Amino acid sequence: MDGEELTEQETALYDRQIRVWGADAQRRLSKSHILVYGMKGTVAEFCKNIVLAGVGSVTLVDDRVVAEEALSANFLILPDKNQYQGKTLAEVCCDSLKEFNHMVHVSVEKGDISTFGVEFFEKFDTVVISCCSLAKKKLINQKCRKLSKRVAFYTVDCRGSCGEIFVDLQDYKYSKKKLEETIECQLEYPSFEEAISVPWRALPRRVSKLYFAMRVIELFEDVEDRNPGETSIADLPGILKLRKELCETNSLSESQVPDALLERLLIGTREFPPVCAIIGGILGQEVIKAISGKGDPLKNFFFFDAMDGKGLIEDISEPNTGSQAALINDDM
Amino acid sequence: MISQEQLSAIKGAKVLMVGAGGIGCELLKTLALSGFQDIHVIDMDTIEVSNLNRQFLFRQSHVGQSKAKVARDAVLRFRPNISITPYHANVKESHFNVNFFKEFDVVLNGLDNLDARRHVNRLCLAADVPLVESGTTGFLGQVTVHLMGKTECYECQPKPAPKTYPVCTITSTPSKFVHCIVWAKDLLFAKLFGDKNQENDLNVRSSDAANSSEHSEDAFECRQDEDIEQYGRRIYDHVFGHNIEVALSNEETWKNRNKPKPIYSNDVLPKKLTNENGNMEKGCATDDVSAMSSLGLKNPQDVWSLAENSRVFLEALRLFFLKREKEIGNLSFDKDDQLAVEFVTAAANIRASSFEIPLHSLFEAKGIAGNIVHAVATTNAIIAGLIVIEAIKVLKKDSNDYRMTYCLEHPSKKMLLMPVEPYEPNKSCYVCSQTPLLLEVNTHRSKLWDFVEKIVKAKLGMNFPLIMQGASILYEVGEDLEEDMVAIYAANLQKTLSELPSQVTSGTVLTIEDLQQEFSCNINIKHREEFDEEKEPDGMLLSGWVEAPVDKDNSKAVGNGESTSNALPAEEILEGEKDVEIQEISVGTENATGRKRKLFEVSKGTTPDHSGLSDERKNHNQIEKLDVDDEDDELIISDDWESLTKKKRL
Ligand SMILES: [Zn+2]
Repeated sequence: MDGEELTEQETALYDRQIRVWGADAQRRLSKSHILVYGMKGTVAEFCKNIVLAGVGSVTLVDDRVVAEEALSANFLILPDKNQYQGKTLAEVCCDSLKEFNHMVHVSVEKGDISTFGVEFFEKFDTVVISCCSLAKKKLINQKCRKLSKRVAFYTVDCRGSCGEIFVDLQDYKYSKKKLEETIECQLEYPSFEEAISVPWRALPRRVSKLYFAMRVIELFEDVEDRNPGETSIADLPGILKLRKELCETNSLSESQVPDALLERLLIGTREFPPVCAIIGGILGQEVIKAISGKGDPLKNFFFFDAMDGKGLIEDISEPNTGSQAALINDDM
Repeated sequence: MISQEQLSAIKGAKVLMVGAGGIGCELLKTLALSGFQDIHVIDMDTIEVSNLNRQFLFRQSHVGQSKAKVARDAVLRFRPNISITPYHANVKESHFNVNFFKEFDVVLNGLDNLDARRHVNRLCLAADVPLVESGTTGFLGQVTVHLMGKTECYECQPKPAPKTYPVCTITSTPSKFVHCIVWAKDLLFAKLFGDKNQENDLNVRSSDAANSSEHSEDAFECRQDEDIEQYGRRIYDHVFGHNIEVALSNEETWKNRNKPKPIYSNDVLPKKLTNENGNMEKGCATDDVSAMSSLGLKNPQDVWSLAENSRVFLEALRLFFLKREKEIGNLSFDKDDQLAVEFVTAAANIRASSFEIPLHSLFEAKGIAGNIVHAVATTNAIIAGLIVIEAIKVLKKDSNDYRMTYCLEHPSKKMLLMPVEPYEPNKSCYVCSQTPLLLEVNTHRSKLWDFVEKIVKAKLGMNFPLIMQGASILYEVGEDLEEDMVAIYAANLQKTLSELPSQVTSGTVLTIEDLQQEFSCNINIKHREEFDEEKEPDGMLLSGWVEAPVDKDNSKAVGNGESTSNALPAEEILEGEKDVEIQEISVGTENATGRKRKLFEVSKGTTPDHSGLSDERKNHNQIEKLDVDDEDDELIISDDWESLTKKKRL
């Protein structure tokens, strides 16, 4: 196995999870560096999970000051003005996260993530962003893709009772056990921009309606120049108009993006803590899988809706970019 | 997001959480963030280091403190204005009675053992309080809702019995490492360090009875004229050498098996061990005593050679006599006792060498011996989120929207989180439908004591039983019994069923009640002469509510968590931190009782559409054709359930 052995302290602390994913995966986790942007409740859940899992380092970026609203679903912020006054969201969350696991290095990077150069992203193995506009998602995804090393990229957003995760692992190889053999697998991921450019009519018929609804709202915020999440039920007429246009362009029935669903997403601007826990949990699991190389990673969207309780994986990519895990060779 | 209606239901609710461990920490956090104002938490456990990787409300400095209390304080830091009432207590204690349970609008379980789950299930039924039950193991988990009369109760589906092994497999013919572990832990360790008066099958099944008894008489006692090393070597030679030779002499046994090879300490180790254990005399605290560290073995993940195992065996034995002599005679195996784990690992490995079974590391052996659960934070967080979603539905009384949800490791029908409509109550459930059970028993041979221990306590999960035949009471447990009654009951325990004051024979109906659980059931007695010693070791057979088979490779149920004491889970069974049951995996197919589960599908926006799935019983491996919604195409899925039941290994 590569790298040093786990220390006695690590073996004792991580005993139960080493029994799930193995000592080898634990070593890889402890050498991984994660960049996180946008400290919402879902992201707080995610950070808790990876800090407990024992990644090497977590770097937080979010210069917004702590406001009342940030407290609602984020257990990393103590509701004590003296504690958070004058501090940024990233700083407050950093202080709390450090407590969870002293073996993980948690730090804050100040500045506007959009202006960070490509070389900044080189320091990380995984980049997770939240609360980003369409343009920002594309931009950061592109920067990750420009690097010579493979940087895993994730976006995550929760609106009310719904949540969405996007995953770009680029060209990802991993091994999995099937019966007694180890099989080498390969997955090719589209970038965020490529994925959302796939014509809607080219998608399988049963794609989650949440996918379309999230794209409509995302695009609406972009053309209206709103901050992410800065929409309300008052925007419904504008959203419905945009839906009509998009559905016409894509020759998709408008019933695939139901009014009721759009309304729910617009009403629920605040996060719903159980959904944060669920989405933050799935995202944590995916990041751990991708770093450790253990288990099938999801490709490339995940949706959860508390209304029906389903957690669905959707593969949104051009049909010709191998949507199935390709078998490379049989390694007996 | 939350509607006003939801919000007021949440704010006014009084919630009882049972368990503040892996799921409990996540649940308490999510409840508090979601706006719950009045939460009560029961947990009898204290915090351990191996909890800290997932029970995020706890820190190193809290080790040894009450989980319920520390969890409360931690959550109050970010939600100071809510009320959290902790109880550092066992939920089975008598003050948590039906009246206590009646105070709550919903009960949420995050437990780690079957016993407590069954107990809470009965109290919730008796108090008519809805119960949201949960469990996780590794990346798998499930959440279910139990509401009397509406959905099945926790015990409607028979729970698997903990795995037990035939005695002769353990004593004579082990074929798996787990058999060696059971031998090392339940026989050898118990014989050397446990209660001397306990029955112990360590020296059994010899065709040469005279020879064996001569050796076994005092073989395990330390003699006047020998030092600790000589004693250890004599034990070593006796159990790994002599006993194997004795077993080999029984040729019949080895006709179709590989013969084991006797191992003597002189074959493996030098005649006299040099005193290399220099660093062990440094007067370390008792609980730090370790054969590994005194022998310089560092990595618990390494698989030791036979020689290393032999050294660990002798060193561990030496340390027990040198440093922990006072405890000898009272020890029982504890997975957190380093020296005990070292001894059991070494002994199991030496035995495995004899039988050509692959050796295992201390880390692995500890997992098997301690029945250690596989647990990660993410699954617990997801399950806690799902519990809160169901709890809110319960409070809003949306009983048509209740779902049981599976958290899967591999997607099925694209789903990682799969909601399923809850079952209706099982009409033949002896717990919520009061259907009588049938007990086959030899009424002339089995004593009332056997019945109480093996059936009433072990199978029916009662704590304070009252056993009646018609109007006469045969047995009762309680705090305020008259002395003369206590004496009568004690005498009854020693009588066979047919000797009891009101005779119990074929056709008798016994009524068993648990006063605390406010639960009773009837058992029809049927006399039977003979029982198979290996297959029916209880000498009784309870039916009517059948326990799920556990010895099949495709067993779908998850074994008991840390609570099972003398039995280990089958290797094939998922070990559950929360002994999750993923046994209901025949989604969409009829189960044995003829009820079916439906997948919950949404068609056209947010209107739920309940689509019935195939009604025929099908093999899980078969490809199923499902008629899903109004779109005309059919969905073909290959059930991926097999993977669900595979245990994660290192
Ligand atoms: Zn029942």
